[in-house]
Amino acid sequence: MTPTVRTFDVLVVGGGPAGMTAATTVRRHGGSVALIDENSDGGGQVYRPQPRGFAPAGKPSAEQRVGDRLRNALASSGADTFFEHKVWSVAPGFRVDAVGPHGPVALAAPRLVAATGTSERVIPFPGWTTPGVIGLAAATILLKAQRMLPGHATLVAGCGPLLIAVAAGIVKGGGRVAAVVDIASRGEWLGRLPALVSRPDLLARGMRWMATLQAAGVPILRRHAIREVRETSSGLDAVVGPVDPDGAPRSGETRSFTVDSVTVGNGLTPASDVSRVLRAKHRYECVKGGWVAETDDCGRTSVAGLYVVGDGAGIAGAAAAEHHGAVAGIAALHDLGRLDMTVFRHEAERMGAKLDRAGRFGRAMAGMMAIRAAQVAAIPRDTLVCRCEDVTCAEIEQAVDDGAREVNQVKAWTRCGMGPCQGRTCGDVVAEIVARRVGGREAAGYFTGRLPLRPVSLQAVVGDYVYADIPIPKAAPL
Amino acid sequence: MSSVAANDDDARAGAHGLRIGAAPRGRQVSFLFDGRPVTAYEGESIAGALACAGIRTLRASPRSGAPRGMFCMMGSCQECVVRIDGRIAPACQEPVREGLDVRSGTIGNGP
Repeated sequence: MTPTVRTFDVLVVGGGPAGMTAATTVRRHGGSVALIDENSDGGGQVYRPQPRGFAPAGKPSAEQRVGDRLRNALASSGADTFFEHKVWSVAPGFRVDAVGPHGPVALAAPRLVAATGTSERVIPFPGWTTPGVIGLAAATILLKAQRMLPGHATLVAGCGPLLIAVAAGIVKGGGRVAAVVDIASRGEWLGRLPALVSRPDLLARGMRWMATLQAAGVPILRRHAIREVRETSSGLDAVVGPVDPDGAPRSGETRSFTVDSVTVGNGLTPASDVSRVLRAKHRYECVKGGWVAETDDCGRTSVAGLYVVGDGAGIAGAAAAEHHGAVAGIAALHDLGRLDMTVFRHEAERMGAKLDRAGRFGRAMAGMMAIRAAQVAAIPRDTLVCRCEDVTCAEIEQAVDDGAREVNQVKAWTRCGMGPCQGRTCGDVVAEIVARRVGGREAAGYFTGRLPLRPVSLQAVVGDYVYADIPIPKAAPL
Repeated sequence: MSSVAANDDDARAGAHGLRIGAAPRGRQVSFLFDGRPVTAYEGESIAGALACAGIRTLRASPRSGAPRGMFCMMGSCQECVVRIDGRIAPACQEPVREGLDVRSGTIGNGP
């Protein structure tokens, strides 16, 4: 049966800090709002709550406290929430279709706030599809929200602050970290210090993580990256080697670690599925993590009524996301004519200042996670790049050599990016491979946004129906 | 090339004890993965519970038939897709429940 369409002033897709605050803000100023998220509660990745049924593990962390504050504010705001709902369609105007535990749901509003966060970028290496190799973000979810170790002995590799967060979490959880493999030099980290002191609490937490690793005797290999992971009879053999500042492999001693788990992440890319589907204008910004919707200070995009906030608008971190959501919430109401100019200006200024301050730390971290010029060139040619469709780097390069001029042609010719993940996993890397041959990321483009945003079965979309209820169209005149 | 081997006993995938700490989890439940009983605790995801049971290969890839398992843990990559009571879903986003019949998500492994 076609679901009844429920109408609101504002729809919010995504229940992380940006989405939760956007919804709460709209309610606070008297608007009606629905928030949709596929997880079982608000929080997103950084403020992800403990599963229901788990007893609290000691004192709540700072992240849990912020998450609880945002969740409580949302719950008491009177916003309609649709958790455990996968959004599979967004349509202009706007309509959002989702499937949840009780079947399909259709929501409509003249304003749509996309707060869909990020995907993790992993630069492929031989063996990265081996079970036991997972993302750094995946490891944080295991540690924080499932209270599980990724393995008994883990190699932690990639870039950015998640490296030491994950490694310290593993050590504190009783696991062994074979090594931390960081593409950055110590000097690059020290260069970020001026921005990092803007959040002394987070800086201090980072120092505690480092102290934990030091006390456990965990080696930290700087300016190194994974070369290869091989499955052996005793687990996984992870080979790491030195790289130059651009991420190109350098000659020098490689080292091999026998572990049972590898967690690796090479930065975050904004999840722009919603704004791409709605055909907003996008711009490539390496330091923001990739292609992002063009937005003004309030998150307004080139599509009237569509706002993009949080890390989905460019990586700036969870603290900034919270204020970004608030700014977009008041802008959406103001644009609807529901908030007078004085209140709007006052609130926008107040939130904007907070956003600026909070963003300093996040943007410094985003800088540490940006893709480097030679990382993708270093991928061995027979390595799988598209995990969904098993497409190799060589096949992608061949397609460009055969005449494909941008990533959508490569997709059509090779099936890369055409699988169930819709290119979320490989998109940034594929574009980088193509960009090297066609003269830049702008020329290489991005995968056109396509529905469904998440794989859903036709049965789930249609829901329960009675065959006799299907309307029979009037026969065409003969 | 120097070799820095971890403790070999610990390094073997599938050893027990990946759950952290003694803090209580949810109620103990049991479900099947490809017919094999798996013990888990309410609140855990199917992917997490399978990893703790040493089960990492959740399906074969469509073209090369290579083993695949959980990767992003947040419902984005679709690598951990399995069949849960016949329904296709990522194992990382589905909570464990007593008596679930979970099967590997290899295409063609339908009910």
